[in-house]
Amino acid sequence: MSEAATLRRPTTRDEDWRYADPQFLAEAPMAYLAEWGEIAVAPGETICDNIRLGDGASAPGATVRQRVHVGKGGRFEYFATIVGGPYLRIELEVTLEEGAHFEFGGVTLGGDSKRQEFVTRVIHAEPGATSNQVVRAVQWGQSTGNFLGRIEVVRDAQKTDAAQNFRAILLEKGASANTKPELEIFADDVKCAHGAAIGALDETTAFYMAARGLPPQAARRLLVRAFIADAFAAVGDEALRESLLEGALAHLEEAAL
Amino acid sequence: MLEITNLHAQVASADGPKQILNGLTLSVGAGEVHAIMGPNGAGKSTLAYVLGGRPGYEVTAGSVTFCGQDLLAMEPHERAAAGFFLGFQYPVEIPGVSNVQFLREALNSQRQQRGEEPLSGGEFLKLAKEKAGLLKLDMDMLKRPVNVGFSGGEKKRNEMVQMGILDPKFAVLDETDSGLDIDALRIVGEGINAIMRDPQKGVLLITHYQRLLDYVQPGHVHILAKGRIVKSGGPDLALELEREGYEMLGEGVAA
Repeated sequence: MSEAATLRRPTTRDEDWRYADPQFLAEAPMAYLAEWGEIAVAPGETICDNIRLGDGASAPGATVRQRVHVGKGGRFEYFATIVGGPYLRIELEVTLEEGAHFEFGGVTLGGDSKRQEFVTRVIHAEPGATSNQVVRAVQWGQSTGNFLGRIEVVRDAQKTDAAQNFRAILLEKGASANTKPELEIFADDVKCAHGAAIGALDETTAFYMAARGLPPQAARRLLVRAFIADAFAAVGDEALRESLLEGALAHLEEAAL
Repeated sequence: MLEITNLHAQVASADGPKQILNGLTLSVGAGEVHAIMGPNGAGKSTLAYVLGGRPGYEVTAGSVTFCGQDLLAMEPHERAAAGFFLGFQYPVEIPGVSNVQFLREALNSQRQQRGEEPLSGGEFLKLAKEKAGLLKLDMDMLKRPVNVGFSGGEKKRNEMVQMGILDPKFAVLDETDSGLDIDALRIVGEGINAIMRDPQKGVLLITHYQRLLDYVQPGHVHILAKGRIVKSGGPDLALELEREGYEMLGEGVAA
């Protein structure tokens, strides 16, 4: 029974899949929907990983799901960019032992009717662990960028410090973004911060930049670059940070606004 | 070099379009500095925005010719590349984009539109340092995000640093003097003279006060009221206004 339950095909009625593409859920191979990759970070160790999903010419719908366990005092850093479609999803479930840290930077960027999403579940299982998640969405056309972020703090996980921040820029009418922070806190001495904002590029700023000689496309690129840079601000290696930024921005050129 | 003829313009507002400019005619030649003064609501900032091409400001009649070209037919960034500069009354903050990055991209965009070679990073920094020094703005401020956390005076000085770097043919400066203390006013005034006093260049100063005109002495002063020029004269006109106020112009002009 329990095995059958884990293999059940999800639908958009499931909380974690509420913004997913129904057609994808109905047709995708179960391997996409039920399988998890496993990453173990040993105590005191640091693993830094990054991924860009949807770079191919015609990327099929896909999900990347990772279950991560971070040992005592360990550190897991993950920087992810979703640029393709029609449905791409990155899902992380991270369990933190005492004093461990999870750093996540995510960017969705796309147009057409692409549906791009991050779903995270961060479990502060022991005291003194910290987590920081920054997600930026840049959408145009009929596309959607989503971030579902769940933070769980167990009863004994005192001195937990968890933060998540989501901001979206919609470059055109018709694009959308969804976010749902979910905090489940059973300890009493914790810090959990979350923030979210969705808006358009400021017209006054666009005119100011044009008045200095920047064509609309160049102005937009500069503003979007500054916007998504927040998600990669924690990348220690400057060359890597630059390549993550440029890799995402390359897809902004597809926006014929 | 700037010919404004019978300009009518309206501004989009919540209650529908509102007519602001009603047949404004003005001509500024090369090597000239003109000042426009006028009561609140006369249309001074609207004139500046119409010349800059701000969306929402619609020209309903009249024409503007800039160096022989139809200014109103150009996009805002094309006007900039053609040598037209608009100094903002309220300079905009751009978080996450440094002044240096912004201005280098802006200058090189302009150069590209004019078919000129882009400046290298080194060449640009040298130019930026020189112009920042002229306006006594710390070079460190140019490395910070555009106008973020700048005081009112610093923002206005930054506008003038931008003007120095972009080196336009013509500048419309919309209340560049407001929000400046006495020292900053002198520095900005001297900056305008250093950058724009040139037989090939022109300036249109929009101001409420005589003070700035002590430093940047205009050859011509115009009074704008109810969307048109109601009086023009020499530098003495500004002094006269300062003494007597807009009431000297008679009924219906003062706001």
